[in-house]
Amino acid sequence: MTNEQLIEKLTSAYPDAVVKQGSQYPEITVSFDKLHAFMLDLKTNSQLAFDYLVCESGVDYPAFIQVVYHLESTSLKHFLVVKTNTENRETPAIDSVADIWPTAEFHENEIYDLLGIKFNNHPHLRRIFLDENWGFPLRKDFKDDIHVVER
Amino acid sequence: MGITSKKEFEKNDFPILEQYEGGSIILTQLDALVNWARSNSVWPLTFGTRCCAIEFMAVGASRHDMARFGYEVARATPRQADMIIISGSINYKMVPVLKRLYDQIADPKYVIAMGACAVSGGPFFYNSYSIVKGADHVIPVDIYVPGCPPRPEALLYAFLQLQKKIKREKNFKKKLVK
Repeated sequence: MTNEQLIEKLTSAYPDAVVKQGSQYPEITVSFDKLHAFMLDLKTNSQLAFDYLVCESGVDYPAFIQVVYHLESTSLKHFLVVKTNTENRETPAIDSVADIWPTAEFHENEIYDLLGIKFNNHPHLRRIFLDENWGFPLRKDFKDDIHVVER
Repeated sequence: MGITSKKEFEKNDFPILEQYEGGSIILTQLDALVNWARSNSVWPLTFGTRCCAIEFMAVGASRHDMARFGYEVARATPRQADMIIISGSINYKMVPVLKRLYDQIADPKYVIAMGACAVSGGPFFYNSYSIVKGADHVIPVDIYVPGCPPRPEALLYAFLQLQKKIKREKNFKKKLVK
């Protein structure tokens, strides 16, 4: 499916989501409470068939924290970027997609480690790189006077 | 030279040799002998944390060949190694591991900090939450090799400097007599 066909299909199927063409892939922004059902549909819908989660990452914005999913359909050869924003920055929480794409388990662990987003229904959410007593170092307001030399 | 009075004999640290006239002359040369042996057989630990380890491997390969200076066998266990080349940056999670590796090396042990990261944190000095600002915050370092990464020649030069340093050591120094 080409990008134009994909955008057309997504706008008709999900009227309340924002779809646009990004610099490389089509981008769709969904609200965090509908995320899990939406993702499950992306995978199970035979016309979309997004069977491969290429990358999952987090972005820190002033008002919220964003989670970005890069999806690929290996059978239909198309890509999609899904973005979703957390409700706030203080207690960011979002549904895990580790039950849909198992690779998300480690991606979400890393996002939790560095940005502190809590993933609901994650099989084993833990600090994988850093110690328990660390903060979340990729947040903009991260402060560490012992380890960090500011410039 | 030798024993002149009973009192001096009691002060002495090596009574067996010192009871013969001129016995201490053997000890002055024993230092040179031990240091010669030690400095020409310094086995490094197989330890590399970043891209400096690639240069370390290049030094071990046939073109540069660190075996010429007695550094030939990179041992996989600290119990058989004499020195550790910190080739790469050390992050805070690595600190207890590096400390344990250093503690497991038998004395005498030597450390070469190779590259900007191991010397001072290098490009990760500012605004980095994870990199130790110099490996000498963790273990004592004998030789610092600047560079990012250093050329193999620089590491060979550090090997020669370490040999010089080992040859200066006094292994049979007399204890201070009160």
